[in-house]
Amino acid sequence: MPLIELTERGIYCSVGDFYIDPSRPVKKAIITHAHSDHARPGSKAYLCAESCRELLALRLQKGATIETVRFGDEIQIGDATVSLHPAGHILGSSQIRIEHGGNVCVVSGDYKLQQDHSCEAFEPVRCDHFVTEATFALPLYRWEAEENVFKDIHTWWQRNQQESRTSIIYAYALGKTQRILAGLHSDIGPIGLHGSALQFLAPYKNQGVKFPSVLSANATNADALRSKGLVLAPPSAMKESWLKKFGACSEAFASGWMQVRGKRRMRALDRGFVISDHVDWDGILETIEATGAQHITATHGDSAVLVRYLQEKGYRADALEITDRAPTSSFSNEADSV
Amino acid sequence: MKAFTDLYLELDLSQGTKQKVSALKEYFLETPPEDAVHALAFLSGKRPSRVVKTTQLREWMAEFSGYPLWLVEECYDHAGDLAETLSLLKKPPSQIKEYSLGSMVNEILLPMQNLEDGEKKRRVFELWDSLGRHESFVFHKLLTGGFRVGVAKNLVIRGLSVAYNLPEAILAHRMAGEWPITAQFFEKLVSPEQGEEISPGQPYPFFLAHALTESEEQELRKEIKDLVFEWKWDGIRGQLIKRAGEVMIWSRGDEAVTESFPEIADSASSLPDGTVLDGEILAWKQGAPLSFFDLQRRLGRKSVGKKLLTEVPVKFIAYDLLEDEGRDMREVPLRQRRERLQNVVASPLADESFCINLSHSLDVQHWSDVQRFREQAREEQREGIMIKRLSSSYGSGRKKGAWWKWKVEPYTFDAVLLYAQKGHGRRAGVYTDYTFAVWDNDGNLVPVTKAYSGLTDADFRKVDAFIRKNTVDRFGPVRSVKPQLVFELAFEGVRESSRHKSGIAMRFPRMKRLREDKTPREVDSLRSLQKLIKK
Repeated sequence: MPLIELTERGIYCSVGDFYIDPSRPVKKAIITHAHSDHARPGSKAYLCAESCRELLALRLQKGATIETVRFGDEIQIGDATVSLHPAGHILGSSQIRIEHGGNVCVVSGDYKLQQDHSCEAFEPVRCDHFVTEATFALPLYRWEAEENVFKDIHTWWQRNQQESRTSIIYAYALGKTQRILAGLHSDIGPIGLHGSALQFLAPYKNQGVKFPSVLSANATNADALRSKGLVLAPPSAMKESWLKKFGACSEAFASGWMQVRGKRRMRALDRGFVISDHVDWDGILETIEATGAQHITATHGDSAVLVRYLQEKGYRADALEITDRAPTSSFSNEADSV
Repeated sequence: MKAFTDLYLELDLSQGTKQKVSALKEYFLETPPEDAVHALAFLSGKRPSRVVKTTQLREWMAEFSGYPLWLVEECYDHAGDLAETLSLLKKPPSQIKEYSLGSMVNEILLPMQNLEDGEKKRRVFELWDSLGRHESFVFHKLLTGGFRVGVAKNLVIRGLSVAYNLPEAILAHRMAGEWPITAQFFEKLVSPEQGEEISPGQPYPFFLAHALTESEEQELRKEIKDLVFEWKWDGIRGQLIKRAGEVMIWSRGDEAVTESFPEIADSASSLPDGTVLDGEILAWKQGAPLSFFDLQRRLGRKSVGKKLLTEVPVKFIAYDLLEDEGRDMREVPLRQRRERLQNVVASPLADESFCINLSHSLDVQHWSDVQRFREQAREEQREGIMIKRLSSSYGSGRKKGAWWKWKVEPYTFDAVLLYAQKGHGRRAGVYTDYTFAVWDNDGNLVPVTKAYSGLTDADFRKVDAFIRKNTVDRFGPVRSVKPQLVFELAFEGVRESSRHKSGIAMRFPRMKRLREDKTPREVDSLRSLQKLIKK
């Protein structure tokens, strides 16, 4: 009997009678992280990592019941022993470890192995059954070291300054934006932040994440930012009149999908920075190895490819198709969250 | 390679013309001529020939990377570009080596042509282990002969013009026709202007027309007296040169096509030396043009057999005179050029066997005459109307405000989407290549055409989502979908075709728009398309 099963409300653990990132209201929900497609309002009780709490509260109904647990601490839920472990995706993101009758299952949620100054680092957890995300499960996707990407960003920013253009980076408002912000050199010029991302700064600061000082990217600060500043904005602000106040701009998109030229060109932007909060191909294989699991379940993205590859390597591998999420295509806004 | 790779990436990435021109300028100023000339060749569309087969490369990559072949194929399907797929799949080099672009072409690519497959593979592996990711991408493009960059030729010319402070027209002229890929050529190309010496076969750059917009139509109505109107012929553009006793015919793609059209070359030999004509090559029989489909049988041939010569004779319909008695006429106003042209073309015996004719101007008094001619155009096998300013000089490239084309309205029909396949390049990973069907006499849907263009990105997105949700079956990369989505398609003509199941083939089919207001029951019948076939 596997410890988890897929129901129409999402991943369900019957021995503990709880759901992980349910798509509809349930009695008890364990939340891996606070992205809106994982953290939905309406459930009776929530459990998440301590550092996730404040972000999760922003997604839920007022007065929602949120319990927290420290990473690594074991708690008993029904007949299941449950603990949360850092997933390295965004601040407070967790893998869920479930143990019952000598069997251990780990649900990774979204995760990455790369360095990120804005969240806790991923820790592999030994288990029998590992449920891994497969958003970028093709060997085409192998991430550069983060420092190289930041070098490219800074060089591009300085060149834009020489040509009197404002630098705009489109990045998902929660997670990616804070990660980039934490890595920017503010001595190059002023940094602006689109209003939609401002609300997420305090929860990060409260967990001790250090950011350079930022200006709200509104009309008042447009003069200060124009032609020398770097502005972070969500992809939904792309091609909007919002941009006009910054004069001549160079626009870039920060996403793992930017690895592939065709997808970059489809966006018709000046630059694509390959920076993702999801694990790459080598990272998935490395993690599977580190967990010691023999049964692998893939969710999201190119799960069929990963499943076939693992089966050929002798693993027991299958796919869990979680619907009720945006499809994986460079067109959909799903790409904005990665 | 590094400098050229950087240029390639910059051209590929930047959205603005200004940035592209400035990247080109920097590159051409800083690169030695023996490398720059190769860059110039690739950028202006001279493709290297393919050294290895693309299937071989996929197999070799599977071996090199240790990934199963199916996984390499999956990656290619996802990225939509083989050169890029390979560059992303290969492991980083153990030791980076620098190659100049010239040495890459001359010492690596060209010698590889004659090698055994095993030896080719050994060399490719060696390069995979010594080139960085981006350099290898460009290397793969050269290797597969699939080199295409998003720059127009005139942008390259502009970059050179800014770099070497030379007028674009001079550069365009020096680059017209065929040229050798040598450092000497590049040095000559960018040398200061000093009484242009033109080799006898050298063509002039073509002057191109703009599509007439509605507001321009309103403007031009008031200027009929200053304009000349001609048919827009449905053939291929050509430049006919007679100099020093020799005849050359050039196509717009800078290809010498003299051998394909011996009867035109024959007639041209009686023109005076120092004559250059601009005009249209048409299939022509018994005083009237044949269809473009007929002309196609004559294209791309090094020699033409007797049978074909009788079945599909051709004519050169001249509409401009670029050189007269050795004098460059391009700055002379069109009014005078046309007057001279009439004399030049009319001088020999004007019988059926003479294959060079004048493109007569249309008799227009009022704008309603122009509209009437345009409506007649299709019946007469013309593509539409050309409108030219009588005071215009003969420029190079596409410039506004001198020449306009006003095409006939295309045919349209409604068809239903039946099959789809993912696109390549910019459309990688997205279903953008469609097959459409109409009803045959027995009430079955029969595929009639494919189409890839005409929709906005937003519409492609919508259709892509529809296809993913309504897939009925998969045949390799092709999906069949529930016949539900109706499109209006436009096309320029129909002919019989035994190679197609429907028995017809369309010319230049493209999507006009999605017809979400229509049901599959309402799409057109095969019979209505068959009626359009010209006997």
